[in-house]
Amino acid sequence: MDLLQMKNISKNFAENRVLNDVSFSIKEGEVHGLVGENGAGKSTLMNILFGMPVIQSTGGYEGEIHINGKTFNPTSPDNAMDAGIGMVHQEFMLIPGFTITENIKLNREKTTPTFLSKIFGKRLEKLDLKSMAKDAKAALKKLDMDIDEYVPVAGLPVGYMQFIEIAREIDKTQLKLLILDEPTAVLTESEATRFLEVIKKLSNLGIAILFISHRLDEIKKITDSITIIRDGEVVKTINTDDIEINEIAGLMVGREIELSQKEKDERKIEDEDILDIKNLKVNMPGELVKGLNLTVKKGEILGIGGLAGQGKIGIANGIMGLYEASGTIIKQGKKLLLNNPKEALHSSIAFLSEDRRGVGLLLDHSIEFNIAFSSLEVQGKFLKKIGSLKLIDSKAVRKHALKMIEDLDIRCTGPKQNTRHLSGGNQQKVCIARALTLEPDLLLVSEPTRGIDIGAKNLVLDTLISLNKEFGVTIIITSSELGELRQISDRIAIIYDGKVAGILPPNASDVDFGLLMAGEDIEKVVD
Amino acid sequence: MKELINKVGFPRFIISVFLICLIMLAIYLKIPLSGLISDILVRFGMNAILVLAMIPGIQSGIGLNFNIPLGIIFGLIGALISIEFQLSGFTGLFVSIIIAVSLAIIAGYFYGKMLNKIKGDEMTVGNYVGYSIVSVMCIFWLVAPFTSPELIWAYGGNGLRVTVSLESSIAHVLNDFWHFYIGSVRIPTGLLLFFGFCAFIIWIYSRSSKGLSMIVAGSNPQFAISNGINVDKQRIKGTIISTVLAAIGIIIYSQAFGFLQLYNAPLYSAMPAAAAILIGGATLKKATIIHVLVGTVLFQSLLVVALPVVNIVAEGSMSEVIRTIVSNGIILYALTRKEGELA
Repeated sequence: MDLLQMKNISKNFAENRVLNDVSFSIKEGEVHGLVGENGAGKSTLMNILFGMPVIQSTGGYEGEIHINGKTFNPTSPDNAMDAGIGMVHQEFMLIPGFTITENIKLNREKTTPTFLSKIFGKRLEKLDLKSMAKDAKAALKKLDMDIDEYVPVAGLPVGYMQFIEIAREIDKTQLKLLILDEPTAVLTESEATRFLEVIKKLSNLGIAILFISHRLDEIKKITDSITIIRDGEVVKTINTDDIEINEIAGLMVGREIELSQKEKDERKIEDEDILDIKNLKVNMPGELVKGLNLTVKKGEILGIGGLAGQGKIGIANGIMGLYEASGTIIKQGKKLLLNNPKEALHSSIAFLSEDRRGVGLLLDHSIEFNIAFSSLEVQGKFLKKIGSLKLIDSKAVRKHALKMIEDLDIRCTGPKQNTRHLSGGNQQKVCIARALTLEPDLLLVSEPTRGIDIGAKNLVLDTLISLNKEFGVTIIITSSELGELRQISDRIAIIYDGKVAGILPPNASDVDFGLLMAGEDIEKVVD
Repeated sequence: MKELINKVGFPRFIISVFLICLIMLAIYLKIPLSGLISDILVRFGMNAILVLAMIPGIQSGIGLNFNIPLGIIFGLIGALISIEFQLSGFTGLFVSIIIAVSLAIIAGYFYGKMLNKIKGDEMTVGNYVGYSIVSVMCIFWLVAPFTSPELIWAYGGNGLRVTVSLESSIAHVLNDFWHFYIGSVRIPTGLLLFFGFCAFIIWIYSRSSKGLSMIVAGSNPQFAISNGINVDKQRIKGTIISTVLAAIGIIIYSQAFGFLQLYNAPLYSAMPAAAAILIGGATLKKATIIHVLVGTVLFQSLLVVALPVVNIVAEGSMSEVIRTIVSNGIILYALTRKEGELA
């Protein structure tokens, strides 16, 4: 019998139908993949299953849920937990100041009676720290985690936190189904590998797992069966062995996607250096750059890769003056003033931040204003003069925004829509539009596809390529995804310990890249 | 119905319904509507500039400027000086405004500098700075070297009166300017025009490149920095404009009221102004002229209509009680809203 059955689930947000007749089921111990583009309805489906209040407050859902054959109608996360459903969210839900044990046993603490509790009831019982620690240890052990359970969570590496969240869920004795929402998004590659092993182990223990991820190779590797959702409807439920990655990707977006490297046509890469970085040091917490040397040729796409924390993110932020930097940067023969964002923008450098929602967008302003503002502020475009006053030229802004929305295929209700309500991919496109409006000759792009679904991902990358080709914009792209760097870059610099470990062509072997990322010497690698 | 509530916003809906009930009650009780409307117009003109002072604060990112007593004090000083020199009419008004504005710019600058040191706690700190300044000024009013008999205590000596009559100086200058009647409703043209003028300047500024920089700095400081905007400078700018508007606002308020209120009076100015703009639909991140218009009209209408109605139906100073409940309630409501949500 199926452990979980969801039958004909539908959900409306106001007039928007986000789920339409979705049905699928999971057996005991099965690892079931749930894939779909951003906005396909995955999160809403999980919110329904987990009884999140947002569902009730927007009018509930239609359809039926059965657990072990019994009707289940979750109205709060408590219901879901009682029914044996656990969820590990995309964002960590841990209390930093508490120890690992305390986090794992939170609200399910073991207690011993005390004098006070006999009078005032169970809430005043004393914590039985020893037996709690034992439980925590056991849960961690199931995950092959060897860590002191008395350590506070604050300061642990992200990977560990993910495991602790899972330990918390599996410590619940009645756990039957574990929902993992994009669990590997924040993990490094080695952590992710280990994580996937743990998943396998859990499923052997008889726990069913619902695995939501953008990384199709993981889905393919780990799941038993897959449900693909597109625009709120189930496209297909299939055994994993019967489908290839390309096919999954195709079904997700509803069209064929070329995953392999695009054919490169001849482009003009000049001998002239557009940027010459010497001994750059950037003081960006967690991504320190420690004396980096790099030259960038005019017209090329330079990829910057490397593991998290090695400083690749710091480079672009340092050039733009967003974090304290020292060293020399020469752009086309002219020395760039450091620690001064305005100066960088005036030197025709534009930047797409890795922190899209924090740095890249004005979430509560319209799309058109987001697109126009940088160029208005820095270059004085989109202004009309009335006497000595310079006022924003709404007509020009609107016209430009409409053109950009069409050119980049930004899906929105119109140029007046606030960017907060756009999906990740469309937000990124707004950022690109803003950078384009500056007409830069050097574009710094950081993690352009982070948290973006596969369809939008390729659109974003295509846009970058066409920018480079048609307008001759030199692009420095920083990304954690080596695949995407290899897809579009001419050269790829791997950063290790705040310095360039080596520069490889995109068709170099996986092994070479791997070795460089692990800090091997370039000469050894090339031999 | 639900759509209507969503579109108008919950607080505005409730207050409008309450207001309509009050008006119907007023008609039933045979209270002359024309008088009520005249009162609403005057009270709108009196208070609107003080509400307008909230806009630059919100736009530049310091939130609701609970420290408008700072600006108000310099407005009062401006008015006092013009009375001391026995100026009256429009001369008196403009001299008051010029003195007040120049002092408010200086004060606003230093206050803005201070706010840059306590980012994130502007509203709390602003409240307390307001209290402190008002208390310090209580001493100042006692020892200030004014000599005009209109200003000092009737029995002579040092120290200013608690309320100074403006009858012989600037009282009703703007209210009477170009005023006319529609039926028996009196339109205070000058008062409304002056507000319109101030609102127009703020509107133009918020569309200018300088104003936009300030708005962006307030709405996402990190975004602003990455576009080369000096966020601290923009915050100081917003604080100065807000303080200046408060200084002008109190002069306009006083000329319509007919009295200058010194000592503790400025303390009670921030809450109603903050409440009004929130009722109008502003959030702690976004505020426009429309919010000022809607909010001030609703808030002041409520007070004007409630007073006679409640006095007939119940007893005592219920109107004041209602004002307190509404203004503090709405501030509380707004502060519980999450970022980006409409109050």
